[in-house]
Amino acid sequence: MLEKVLIANRGEIALRILRACKELDIKTVAVHSKVDAALKHVKLADEAICIGPNPSPQSYLNVPAIISAMEITGATGVHPGYGFLAENADFAEQVEKSGFVFIGPTADTIRIMGDKVAAIKAMKAAGVPTVPGSDGPLTENEEQLRQTAQRIGYPVIIKAAAGGGGRGMRVVESEDNLINSVTITKTEAAAAFGDGTVYMEKFLQNPRHVEVQVLADGQGRAIHLGDRDCSLQRRHQKVLEEAPAPGIPEDARQAVFDSCVNACVQINYRGAGTFEFLYEDGRFYFIEMNTRVQVEHPVSEMITGVDIVKEQLLIASGLPLSFQQEDISFRGHAFECRINAEDSVNFMPQPGTIEAYHAPGGNGIRVDSHIYNGYTVPPNYDSLIGKVITYGRDRDTALSRMRIALDEMVIEGIKTNIALQEDLVRDEAFKKGGVNIHYLEKKLGL
Amino acid sequence: MDIRKVKKLIELLEESNLNELEITEGEDSVRISRGSATATYAAPAVMAAPVAPSAAPAMLSATEEVIASEEQLNGHVVNSPMVGTFYSAPAPGSPVFVSVGQSVSPGDVLCIVEAMKMMNQIEADKAGVIGAILAEDGEPIEFDQPLFTII
Repeated sequence: MLEKVLIANRGEIALRILRACKELDIKTVAVHSKVDAALKHVKLADEAICIGPNPSPQSYLNVPAIISAMEITGATGVHPGYGFLAENADFAEQVEKSGFVFIGPTADTIRIMGDKVAAIKAMKAAGVPTVPGSDGPLTENEEQLRQTAQRIGYPVIIKAAAGGGGRGMRVVESEDNLINSVTITKTEAAAAFGDGTVYMEKFLQNPRHVEVQVLADGQGRAIHLGDRDCSLQRRHQKVLEEAPAPGIPEDARQAVFDSCVNACVQINYRGAGTFEFLYEDGRFYFIEMNTRVQVEHPVSEMITGVDIVKEQLLIASGLPLSFQQEDISFRGHAFECRINAEDSVNFMPQPGTIEAYHAPGGNGIRVDSHIYNGYTVPPNYDSLIGKVITYGRDRDTALSRMRIALDEMVIEGIKTNIALQEDLVRDEAFKKGGVNIHYLEKKLGL
Repeated sequence: MDIRKVKKLIELLEESNLNELEITEGEDSVRISRGSATATYAAPAVMAAPVAPSAAPAMLSATEEVIASEEQLNGHVVNSPMVGTFYSAPAPGSPVFVSVGQSVSPGDVLCIVEAMKMMNQIEADKAGVIGAILAEDGEPIEFDQPLFTII
């Protein structure tokens, strides 16, 4: 078992990791920026090291500072959480070269999945269904570009290979805009990601975002923990997630689960991971794989009873998977509402001091949050301040509990999106289930 | 509460006019009294402290107290620009870079902070006399931790 883990993250996920470490009697080291000395997990950790000033590049993205902190505390492993360095292959490589354990997959796996073109290739080879596309980077040859787009069928979308997470994409409705769009997207990609490689895919008009959670031990064993529907998004940022995804035909679901598990075994995946798909008309289309724990992991935990972060720690300790697929049963339904410190009209992040905080509770209510009375949300990082998760034996019960929980919740002193969430959980179309990824933006009139 | 924090508290007490310093963090507390060589360490309370928010203010004020005491350091404080290990001499066995009372000019090397096998020389940014050396040879230090005072 890992003896001491350094938590290279902040906010709610850092607290989540700390709690899992405590359950396993793993000593914890919290690294933080100056302003984050007030974070809840920093106060609870066995050791705390300030690694830099507030800006992320000098603190949470500061690889030498983090590795140095591991050296001076004698930490044996590092958990990168999500965002920041979680999918930075160079960081994973440096950690392992320095003799520490990176809690996640190998640097090579991270590298392949970080290159969206390579990831799609690997998934195709493993039998995972993919979006009809260029099957490789686009060339400069204009005739080739036209032919590729014709083969795929308009509308198409041009995507940056080094992008992901909704960034570096452009939709092309017809051939008139094709060449220009490719050129512009390439330029943008080079500027934003340092890599102008782009590829083309069929643009699905009304897909849902359905993803599959997996766990693999890097020793040839892999299981899935079911799917999640994350279609309620604003500017590619998820707002409200649920598990399982409602209204998916069972055979299509099983087939995609099997393909994900098979892909994990083929690439000898290690750790927790998520295969993201667009789902339309009964078919799944792979878009990318995230080689880390995700924000919305709790909904999968609620319906399976598996502690994903704990499993990450066990896997990183070199242990085989605690479960076989037959041990996993799926029960009930879960929702997660992301609570952001933001203005509900313009969605601008709203830092400030929380003057009154009251968390909801009761049967089937879980709150993953680092905030407390008097905590000041700093301006330097993202606006996620907590997650309210509800569970029920069926979708209606879980949704009803979310309504009650949001009504009970009090956060005063800063603006939050609680009002938006309260609106969403009463939305008629959402109550029916199966809304697509454009639904929220249409509803908000964006 | 780890030993580095206790050591820092002892140093703060020694440099100040205080006779006694007591810090409570959640279930742990430490009281350090001038004159006695030992620090008394109270065992964690049997009753678990309630989870935040009520526990949080106690922890917050403990940190604030420590920060306030640190700010009472006399003179210009030289803080560490990085995380690493503090070394007072260029090599084991060599004479130390500076001693208390020594005159320094801007650019004079005060110490080394080592990180990932790289030795980083920390220089004086002000002219004056070394008032206090706040870290020990071989001690792990964090970003912005006070290392020296120059008066």
